[in-house]
Amino acid sequence: MTHERVAVVGIGQTKHKKRRDDLSIAGLVREAAQRALDDARMTWSDIDAVVIGKAPDIFEGVMKPELYLSDALGGAGKPVFRVHTAGSVGGSTAIVASHLISSRVHKRVLAVAWEKQSEGNAQFGLGGGKSGSIGAGGAFAPWIRAYIQKSGAPEHIGWQVAVKDRQNALRNQYAHLQLKDISIDKVRESPMMWDPLHFLESCPSSDGAGAIVLTDEAGGDAAAADGRAPAWILGTSMRSEPSSFNGRDPIRPQAGIDCAWDVYRQAGITDPRRQIDVAELYVPFSWYEPMWLEGHDIAPVGEGWKMVDRGETAFDGDFPVNPSGGVLSSNPIGASGMLRFLEAALQVRGAAGEHQVDGAKVALAQAYGAAAQYFAMWAVGADKP
Amino acid sequence: MTARQNAGETRETAVRQDSDIAIVATAQLPAVRRQELTETEMLLMVVDEALDKVGLKRSDIGFSCQGSCDYISGGTFSFVPNLDAMGAWPPIHESHVEMDGAWAMYEAWVRLKHGDIDIAVAMGSGKSSTGDPAAMYPLELDPYYLAPLGLDPVSLAALQARQLIESGKTTERELAEIAARSRRDAAGNPNQQVRGAEQDVDKLLAEGYLRNPLRKSDLPPISDGACAVVLVRGPRAAELTERPAWITGLDHRSEVHNPALRDLTDSASTRIAGQRAGGVAGVEVAELMAPFTAQEVILRQSLGLAEDVVINPSGGALTGNPLMATGLVRIAAAADQILINGRSRTLGHATSGPALQQNLVCVLEGDTGAEGDPAAKGDNR
Repeated sequence: MTHERVAVVGIGQTKHKKRRDDLSIAGLVREAAQRALDDARMTWSDIDAVVIGKAPDIFEGVMKPELYLSDALGGAGKPVFRVHTAGSVGGSTAIVASHLISSRVHKRVLAVAWEKQSEGNAQFGLGGGKSGSIGAGGAFAPWIRAYIQKSGAPEHIGWQVAVKDRQNALRNQYAHLQLKDISIDKVRESPMMWDPLHFLESCPSSDGAGAIVLTDEAGGDAAAADGRAPAWILGTSMRSEPSSFNGRDPIRPQAGIDCAWDVYRQAGITDPRRQIDVAELYVPFSWYEPMWLEGHDIAPVGEGWKMVDRGETAFDGDFPVNPSGGVLSSNPIGASGMLRFLEAALQVRGAAGEHQVDGAKVALAQAYGAAAQYFAMWAVGADKP
Repeated sequence: MTARQNAGETRETAVRQDSDIAIVATAQLPAVRRQELTETEMLLMVVDEALDKVGLKRSDIGFSCQGSCDYISGGTFSFVPNLDAMGAWPPIHESHVEMDGAWAMYEAWVRLKHGDIDIAVAMGSGKSSTGDPAAMYPLELDPYYLAPLGLDPVSLAALQARQLIESGKTTERELAEIAARSRRDAAGNPNQQVRGAEQDVDKLLAEGYLRNPLRKSDLPPISDGACAVVLVRGPRAAELTERPAWITGLDHRSEVHNPALRDLTDSASTRIAGQRAGGVAGVEVAELMAPFTAQEVILRQSLGLAEDVVINPSGGALTGNPLMATGLVRIAAAADQILINGRSRTLGHATSGPALQQNLVCVLEGDTGAEGDPAAKGDNR
């Protein structure tokens, strides 16, 4: 290994809500970042560089907001960097931060990703700032329909994922949706939004932020010696492909397959279904759980929905997916990828509290964006690689 | 001590490692008031040109990074179609920053340092022509306390220039001299937009104020443009080009956002970035992103550049300002001073945010040839 080993030693997130009227944008990112620093037993002056990620600036109406957020994140005198790779940005923010350490440019880096959706209208923004947007659900519904048709999956699979992730969210104090009475019947009877997606099969709009503190190997060793288990990064990858062209498979995009195998190769994973203990996958609409299980070769093609149907992706299943409650329960868009990445780290640190999966040693996190064409993934482990 | 004396010391210690990274090719479109090409087409052209210069194909590229801005493009996810500039099929390993292309280059440099990739492309692009920068730029300020004031970049620059003059660090005449020098240099550089404009200092000083104490000659034009650079790690760089521009230092720093809380006559972040990038000893040419004349004075003083350092021989941001590419153009121009003009040590600088809030410094060096000092061709562009 020519590059420096990287460890996640601090994790923080906000309480995600429909509206965080109690906080400014700066207050929101500060809440997550301060919690990550506290968790890492660090202060602002310990941080060498700050990496900020969020989805389009037009969502809040602040252009290049990292300029203004420099103050709230202790950026004066430090490098402050802004990443934007569509919906995968929360993940790519974590990856760019990790490279600042693996490359030995810095030793301690704070990565923060956020969105304050209540400040604007994401539906409008997702439509490119044009009226009459079909929104993300409208864009993905035809591909979901195509997946159902190709795989022969029964329609209750989507409802089952919607219920499972909301039940997991009840274990996570930070999750936006806390639907104590969620049930298959409620999902099925909720309004049809974008056929086949019902209202309760869709993600919410959230205000929220997630933050991580990453260190070099010495920092990870020091945390471990102090009894605070780090999460070691086993592999990272990003892949992109065009939005559309004849012959593209938007249901199982090649970029997603390539991204996954790049991470598996770095992490020494040859059988992802067996070697990964828990996965946080970007599932903003219920059907994306079986689609990504197949899209990242965790399940064979056409078999992803069967893993769901058999309860294997449930909290007590043998391949738990989204113990945090996932994007279906909290969706501060720019932060949603970061929440997947930090949850994976929480799991292998054994620090996930009520949503801790027993014996999680290797965790996979994934985020995707735009027309299911941008992918960011990492694998983290309890043991140093 | 002069720049040239220092340069000798620097070169003696320069030993290239497998992990060193160099710029091997650059390309830019001329900055123009209105470019008919789309942003994607602009990027396609500069990527083609940069790769052609060193005989590389897109399939040789291990990583690419774009810098662009949704607000300038007037949409959301406006960088997505720009994937076509690199050609993203089969899928590619790439990233995007909502920052000037200079920071895209920073990400590419970091990515190469990770050690598993040898060749990367960094890009910056922007079309300011379709919008009104004066109406848009207040939106990059603190949304609660500053944006509502509608403070545009020209007004901010005027406040900064006023402070600089009143602190005795410059005069209106010096600012006019910077404008005149930039215009003279631009006249010989086909990539610059403001060419053939008035170059007589007294005549410039006789012109009226646009925002006191700034005249039109103290301001940049509104430009469209794009830039790309090819970065290579290790010995491959020397195989691809005769005289690689080795990146011996690259650093960027931010400052407190609110201009009222900063000493606007100084640029602490530029000073730190310059020091972290290895310092300015021996730098012969500096390409500073100073879209306003007074900012050149501030940057020069903050970096501690010697009197004999050639500043902005390209004509600088004052004569061509394709936002989101302007900073990368400065680094490309500094690299070309080594790649083409045989210079030994040059510096490129980029800035972002109100009144120089955030600054990046890139120090570049050329190898000393077997015959000793490479002959500088004397062509400043």
